[in-house]
Amino acid sequence: MTIQQTRSKAASVEFKHVTKRYGKEITAVDDVSLHVHAGELVTLLGPSGCGKTTTLRMIAGLEMVTSGHITIGDTDVTKLPATDRDVAMVFQSYALFPHMSVMDNVAYGLRINKLKKDDVRVRANRGLELVGLKGYGDRLPSELSGGQQQRVAVARALVLEPQVLLFDEPLSNLDAKLRRQVREDIRDIQTGLGLTVVYVTHDQEEALAVSDRIIVMNNASIAQIGTPRQLYDAPKDEFVADFIGEANLMDGQIESVENEIATVSVDSIRFELPAADHTTGAIRVAIRPGRIQILPENSPNAMAGNVLKVTYAGRHMEYQVATAVGELFVVSDVDSDYVEGQAVGVGFETKGPVLLKV
Amino acid sequence: MLLWLSVGIVGFCLLPWYVLEDGLWSFEWLFDGYPFNTDYAPAAFLLTQGEKLWLSPIPLFLLFPLVSQVFKHSTAQRSNVLIMVGVAGIAWMVMQGLGIGLRGWNFEALGQLFGPLEARQFGMGFGALFVFATFLFFLSTGIAGRGAVNGDVFVVGAIGLVIAVVTVFIFFPIVQMLSSAVRDNDGVYSLTIFAEKFFQNKFWGLGCIQGGTRCGVAWNSLFLAVLVGFLTTLLGLVFALVATRSGLKRGNFLRAMTVLPIITPPFVIGLAIILLFGLSGSVTKLVADVLDLQPTRWVYGLPGIVIAQLLSFTPIAFLVMIGVVEGVSPAMEEAAQTLRASRWQTFKTVTLPLIRPGLANAFLLGFIESMADFGNPLVLGGNYDVLSTEIFFAIVGAQNDQGMAAVLAIALLIFTLSAFYVQRRWLGKKSYTTKTGKGDSGMHVTMPKRVLLPCYLVAAVWTLFTATVYGMILYGGFVEMWGLNNTLTFKHYITAFGVGFNEFGIHFKGSAWDSFFTTLKIAATAAPLTAMLGLLTAWLLVRQNFAGKNAFEFGTMLSFAIPGTVIGVSYILAFNVPPLELTGTGAILVISFIFRNMPVGVRAGIASMSQLDKSLDEASLTLGASTWKTFTRIILPLMRPAILAALVFSFVRAMTAISAVIFLVSAEYNMATSYIIGRVENNDYGIAIAYSSVLIVVMLAVVALMQFLVNRNGQGSRFAQSRTNW
Ligand SMILES: Nc1ncnc2c1ncn2[C@@H]1O[C@H](COP(=O)(O)OP(=O)(O)O)[C@@H](O)[C@H]1O
Ligand SMILES: [Mg+2]
Repeated sequence: MTIQQTRSKAASVEFKHVTKRYGKEITAVDDVSLHVHAGELVTLLGPSGCGKTTTLRMIAGLEMVTSGHITIGDTDVTKLPATDRDVAMVFQSYALFPHMSVMDNVAYGLRINKLKKDDVRVRANRGLELVGLKGYGDRLPSELSGGQQQRVAVARALVLEPQVLLFDEPLSNLDAKLRRQVREDIRDIQTGLGLTVVYVTHDQEEALAVSDRIIVMNNASIAQIGTPRQLYDAPKDEFVADFIGEANLMDGQIESVENEIATVSVDSIRFELPAADHTTGAIRVAIRPGRIQILPENSPNAMAGNVLKVTYAGRHMEYQVATAVGELFVVSDVDSDYVEGQAVGVGFETKGPVLLKV
Repeated sequence: MLLWLSVGIVGFCLLPWYVLEDGLWSFEWLFDGYPFNTDYAPAAFLLTQGEKLWLSPIPLFLLFPLVSQVFKHSTAQRSNVLIMVGVAGIAWMVMQGLGIGLRGWNFEALGQLFGPLEARQFGMGFGALFVFATFLFFLSTGIAGRGAVNGDVFVVGAIGLVIAVVTVFIFFPIVQMLSSAVRDNDGVYSLTIFAEKFFQNKFWGLGCIQGGTRCGVAWNSLFLAVLVGFLTTLLGLVFALVATRSGLKRGNFLRAMTVLPIITPPFVIGLAIILLFGLSGSVTKLVADVLDLQPTRWVYGLPGIVIAQLLSFTPIAFLVMIGVVEGVSPAMEEAAQTLRASRWQTFKTVTLPLIRPGLANAFLLGFIESMADFGNPLVLGGNYDVLSTEIFFAIVGAQNDQGMAAVLAIALLIFTLSAFYVQRRWLGKKSYTTKTGKGDSGMHVTMPKRVLLPCYLVAAVWTLFTATVYGMILYGGFVEMWGLNNTLTFKHYITAFGVGFNEFGIHFKGSAWDSFFTTLKIAATAAPLTAMLGLLTAWLLVRQNFAGKNAFEFGTMLSFAIPGTVIGVSYILAFNVPPLELTGTGAILVISFIFRNMPVGVRAGIASMSQLDKSLDEASLTLGASTWKTFTRIILPLMRPAILAALVFSFVRAMTAISAVIFLVSAEYNMATSYIIGRVENNDYGIAIAYSSVLIVVMLAVVALMQFLVNRNGQGSRFAQSRTNW
């Protein structure tokens, strides 16, 4: 029942040509348009300084847009300050109020919004239960571990059943092991309650793991929007290809386009791909390290290569291979046993190569 | 919105418009002919009786925003209406207030324009205050509605409030003072009169250089201030080095001594100097006996003032210097040593250059403090006249020449403002901080012997001297008549603080109780207001972004550079007549304390707020709390140490201040310090000293209590430090 209730409040977020400038010089967000559907978890992913936090803070109402419009649900909230938006945020530093107990922290928003005393208690307790901290209500935030503090921050934001829930790099202060656990908890709660979540991170692995969709940002604008799979398999440009998982980038040539199918050559390898908008001529090709095959010398449809470096990485082997189109980084089966200096053939898996905008 | 409208209407229709004779807190008016007696009547009743017709536009302004309701204006239109009304209302109130005074028109031109005016008006009272607040609120709501500061009414209102009070209680009096300096005694504006007064020989004469006669007071002040600035800086440096670089564990003791000037009324040191070196002072007598000399009055004049000011202000210089000396990263010095520099070379080529800004800072502080000091020159000055005392005598003396006082005050203000300006320019440009945020390891290099030894010597002498001075003050209160009759007695304490019993219970017979209680009351009223205004301002400066923030900061910090004497004079000139008739009330004392001490509250607030993570505020905002609730529920509780420090500091300062107070006290509201000065002028040293020791002990207790409350976290010293961060 409670879940039903929450689900009905989750709302969509829409940016229409939003720009944010600090002073005259700095453009933190440049003409961004995006749409987050109700009940969806969307990550903002990008290198540090690309404008993710600023975007998030504009949704929260902590920064006001310089131009453009923001809609949450059906309401234009562009001019609404944070207080008046039905949006909650989990901060990178958790921002737990150090002078209040865990219970008071969680109940803060409820009390501010003038709920009845009984409701406050019931809902705050339910919030703590949801994040697995039942019985910790009387402690001070300083008496909790980092992971527990993080969960209190989540509970505090959750109990208000906001239209949109925002996370700004929520895992960055946790150690590696906890990170995995907490991010799964967050994802579970989000799907369980059907919340709309916008999640900021600069860690592509984290983004791929938790998101319904990812918005990749670069230099204050959006580089690409898509599901994790779309971004991984079909990055639009070099930046996305390189940022989401590693990618080998190389020059190629579209030799002909027929029936929307392009025939592409890279050195001596030839393969066919959907042409999309590309036309004949020079092109950039990206391929993931795991989708390159190292073959015996002179195999068919392969180019010549020379193994430069071999690294044993436990679960797999990593090779650095010199070819005519540059040095390639290859990840392959742990049982492969090429050695440094060996002459090999290099081939692509059928679903491997991706054409990029030049 | 409606709430404020009703506040305005209450102010206009129910509360007495004009200030009441009996002070703000008397409610006699309720029973005495209210609401028809014109002295007590609310503005609305005055109008129905056909009086004070110039107040009639005010209700129109008040009700005008309702127009938006009728025409169903959009938000933007509504905001514009509010801004218009707010500006018009405030402007109208200011104009009628300044234009129509006790004797009708205040300006000839107005009289010619509108014909002579029969009516007159008094200072504004509660009614006017409420109405003014309403207009201010209209204006802020309007500005917020136009999207300023994220449309936050509380923030815009707070900014408006701070600007309004700073304008009324700092800029307005200063401007009044300037304008009275350029008027002759008949009120005619004349620059020649000003020039004549300003450049007279008495101020700027150079007689002393040409031999014979004395120099002008301006030169006297300047010379004294430069000398004191230089010497306090030197001493401050010496102590800072001893505290940090000697390997001695004396640092804490030296730090504790920095509290002394805060809890000591400034002239008390002067008193002690008289007890030691005056005509019948202990040292004087001793020397005279041993060497068989005639005792002289050598200490009255420059030497005495310099000694007293050194004792008073060196701890401040020490506070500045220790911050800077500790700020020099040990790594720098170690680096120099690994490059084969000797200790002396390290000190000379690395340490000293790095602490240069601290030296400049300390010098300017000493300079300003000395310029502004009033108590010590008054007590010890002899024939060495300085600006601050001349100002006092121009007003209280036989001449009662306010114009002259204003001119002198301007000279003083020019000196201190220049110093303030130079300091800001100087500090603004350079960065010498070498500490990184990360924990710097390493020990400070101990100093070479040839620097250390003289340092020890100076520090020891100074410490001994200070101890003697304070011992003298405590002891002096029990001596019948210093130097003449050294028998011990409780006489002074009984005269001043005698307590008896009569049919009503305890009866405070002593002559000092009155001023003592007044002082406590006024200090206790001023302290929370000062802390509140200071912290509010700090919050605006640290957490909010708005156009004109730099000017805002400069304006609020400016009163640092305005000597108390200048505040005193300008307050008398500005608030003696309507529209704000405050002289003789307790309110004017409270207000002067608020604005004298507010910058300290601001500094303390800024320091502690910068350590609060900004996302705490933001978390509260996103949870639906308004800025107001965020301020009261999150910021204020977390700032408790800073609040406490600001409270204690402003309380203590209000109890020890003299320079502004001496102009503003009245028979009804006499303060401890001015009472003591009065005793000193009557050569009644016994009571003066007894009273001073009581003050010192009371304030020590207050400070100790605070240290206890804030518990040892080192927070306590912050309030002392915040004082020097200006
Ligand atoms: N308050 C501010 N004032 C000026 N510049 C800012 C401010 N906040 C962020 N910026 C700038 O805007 C850009 C984007 O910042 P941010 O959104 O925090 O990046 P991210 O979160 O992606 O690392 C950066 O260049 C940053 O320096
Ligand atoms: Mg960020």
